[in-house]
Amino acid sequence: MKLKLNIWKQENAKAKGRFEKYELDTVDAEMSFLEMLDSLNEKLIKEGKEPVAFEHDCHEAICGCCSLYINGHPHGPGSETATCQVHMRAFKDGETITIEPWRAKSFPVLKDLMVDRNAFDKLMAAGGFVSIDAGQAPDANANLIGKIDADKAFDAAACIGCGACVAACKNSSATLFVAAKVSQLALLPQGKVEAKRRALNMIAKMDELGFGSCTNTGACEAECPKGIGIDFIAKLNREYLCASFSEAE
Amino acid sequence: MSKIDAKIPEGPLAEKWTKYKATQKLVSPNNRKKLDVIVVGTGIAGAPAAASLAEMGYNVKVFCFQDSARRAHSVAAQGGINAARNNKNDGDSVYRLFYDMIKGGDFRAREANVYRAAEVSSEIIDQLTAQGVPFAREYGGTLANRTFGGVQVSRTNYAQGQTGQQVLLGGYSALKRQVALGKATMYSRQQMLDVVVIDGKARGIITRNLVTGEIERHAAHTVVLATGGYGTIYYLSTLAVQSNGSAAMQAYRKGAMFGNPSFIQIHPTCIPVLNEYQSKLTLMSESLRNDGRIWVPKAEGDKRRPNEIPDEERDYFLERRYPAFGNLVPRDVASRAAKERCDNGFGIGKTGLAVYLDFRDAVAKQGKKVIKGKYGNLFDMYEKITGEVPYETPMMIYPAGHYTMGGLWVDYNLMTTIPGLFAIGEANFSDHGANRLGASSLMQGAADGYFIAPYTVSNYLADEITTKVPSTDSPEFVEAENEAKAILDKFLSIKGTQTATSFHKRLGHIMWEYAGMKRNEEGLKKAQGLITDLKKEFWSDLIIPGTTAEINQELEKASRVADFIDLALLIVNDALNRKESCGAHFREESMTEGGEAMRIDDKYSFVAAWEYQGEDKEPKLHKEDLKFENVEVKVRSYK
Repeated sequence: MKLKLNIWKQENAKAKGRFEKYELDTVDAEMSFLEMLDSLNEKLIKEGKEPVAFEHDCHEAICGCCSLYINGHPHGPGSETATCQVHMRAFKDGETITIEPWRAKSFPVLKDLMVDRNAFDKLMAAGGFVSIDAGQAPDANANLIGKIDADKAFDAAACIGCGACVAACKNSSATLFVAAKVSQLALLPQGKVEAKRRALNMIAKMDELGFGSCTNTGACEAECPKGIGIDFIAKLNREYLCASFSEAE
Repeated sequence: MSKIDAKIPEGPLAEKWTKYKATQKLVSPNNRKKLDVIVVGTGIAGAPAAASLAEMGYNVKVFCFQDSARRAHSVAAQGGINAARNNKNDGDSVYRLFYDMIKGGDFRAREANVYRAAEVSSEIIDQLTAQGVPFAREYGGTLANRTFGGVQVSRTNYAQGQTGQQVLLGGYSALKRQVALGKATMYSRQQMLDVVVIDGKARGIITRNLVTGEIERHAAHTVVLATGGYGTIYYLSTLAVQSNGSAAMQAYRKGAMFGNPSFIQIHPTCIPVLNEYQSKLTLMSESLRNDGRIWVPKAEGDKRRPNEIPDEERDYFLERRYPAFGNLVPRDVASRAAKERCDNGFGIGKTGLAVYLDFRDAVAKQGKKVIKGKYGNLFDMYEKITGEVPYETPMMIYPAGHYTMGGLWVDYNLMTTIPGLFAIGEANFSDHGANRLGASSLMQGAADGYFIAPYTVSNYLADEITTKVPSTDSPEFVEAENEAKAILDKFLSIKGTQTATSFHKRLGHIMWEYAGMKRNEEGLKKAQGLITDLKKEFWSDLIIPGTTAEINQELEKASRVADFIDLALLIVNDALNRKESCGAHFREESMTEGGEAMRIDDKYSFVAAWEYQGEDKEPKLHKEDLKFENVEVKVRSYK
């Protein structure tokens, strides 16, 4: 199949970006989206042109490297899908595909389709952990954890940290990301001890890093490649409110 | 006397580690803050090692090439993590886990190391659980377990099919906590370019900042490599596309010996190659073999749809050949059996290079809901890639390059032959012999990271408390940086016509054809010639756009491919040298009448540790003889 590509090109973080148009006429419907971009780059390099910088690694929708905004959707067409799982059979012959990086103040573009998601690491450092050193752990069966709570905690923990939620949000809010981590740990007995501190600190850090506020549009849930639901945002709000009303630790 | 000494503590097997810990040298808490540690890699070995060493009070600098520590490829491990907890009351024990690994590794691993990993396995589950890792639970709230290949007990802990992700995020969160406390400093988007050795000891690394292109020098008292495996040598593999063997090769060139480089696991259950553009093969977890049955049609070239083929016309070849273990034979055995069927014309699909993994019986017996609960995400992943629904149609699978049992040679301290340079997790060779059992890579990586390296690194650092961190202006750093820069400049100066990826693909083809699932003398010799030619072509016709002073993904690829080419020669050399079959290393000259791997214990019961002798020179072989004092060495049978 033949494709027209409209791709964001930006030399570095300081440069002004623009859309570049490319044409590719050797696309196979069985190719993955990433392989299509690989073939574009191989072609560009051989023509002595600059390839398009984009990030990808595991190709199994688990590392969270992909950060492509395809035809107005983070990770492109399909629900609960990361870019690496998109195949060209999802597009029509002759179609124009527009590819952009995540766009959010807290995720500055580094080059072309690559963004800096270091802000997520900073959010995690603000409280996305249980304070326990190696060697201090009690027996894993000492705290019984019901299957329902364990499964629910897992659903939240499935977040791959890709940032699609931020890219999808009109406010560029990281609330779903924070909600997933706060909920996972608040659902488990081992995370309850620091639950209040965690909710307060992670929310404060989110504001500090320039992420916007949540206005409950649900765009994050709709675009999350792991199907993480906004019920976790409700859980986060509850955790945050309870923590705000209780005495500071 | 050989140059290599495994430094295995004296005494009975079960007491070695206890005795080591009781008598090792310690560093007092107030001295630890004077000591700097570099950890390269943030997977299931690196992140816990960095976090644990920081918790103890050392100053830790952590490096990864990804944008975040959370993206290390351990994240993609699916099925589970073993622990000898006997949760199922089915006769499991530390000795049993140890025995299974020694046997699974086809008696080519070091007893003392394997026993130690089994010994700390239970503690790992405690630690991860305490960090908030949501392992699967029974309704009563206790840990749930599943079974993996090559064993007869249920000892695998799991978090659906995303165990690696959950386990890795446990280590990552511990690391982030240390970053917040200021004890660990994170350097992401940094590619390691060399190890710096001063007065015979590892004292730092040279890196390239992948955003600015700047070359950086980092000094420390010790360096820990947790840089993973090199299965991407085949180009198409189950690994992340950026996984590489470069750090190991840099260490090798600086004098660290490379152990059993040819021991590479080919994983039996992967989605087959679908087209020529493919950049990666996707693993379908071994846990699927708990409920899926592997088969091909009995009639050669049967082109009917799988559901139209009645049971009596199907060949459940693993159940037929290995009745005791059936579909749960170890990976090397399952891979070769699938290849044998396909090579003889019984393969299925467009290419004939695939077999079925069928859930029909499991769905009928247990119901779709139960199967979905166990494997839902894997079935979804399969459907997204192939467009077929495994609840209704059998999966098509074929073996693919996966895990490298080989790696940097380390002693009992996990230290390489360069003093002060440690290698942990998949980056070392130590625990899996010639074949790794399922769910033991997370186990070994986490064991090294949480509970072994923190002790053995301390033991080393105890003698360094009066040593100052060397200046990064010292001649060794300057020289290492100049050499690293020269190589990068050389890549750019070639200005040829072929891309790094095209060379990688060709290398992968050679390796898969001649140094993959089956190997023989003629093929390996042919591979040597082909790789040598490819190397010449690479260094004379490579094309790289852009410059070194910016984000340049092609430059990153080229430096990985350059190392892969040298590593490929090392692998082929090792495979040629070992004229026996053992585990994943199958030499066609050495098999039984039934076509099973045949070891030659009187000649090859050793670890091959290769020492670098210079560019394009034959490496020198050192042998670490393996002594089996606690198991009976016998023919590995899963019949």
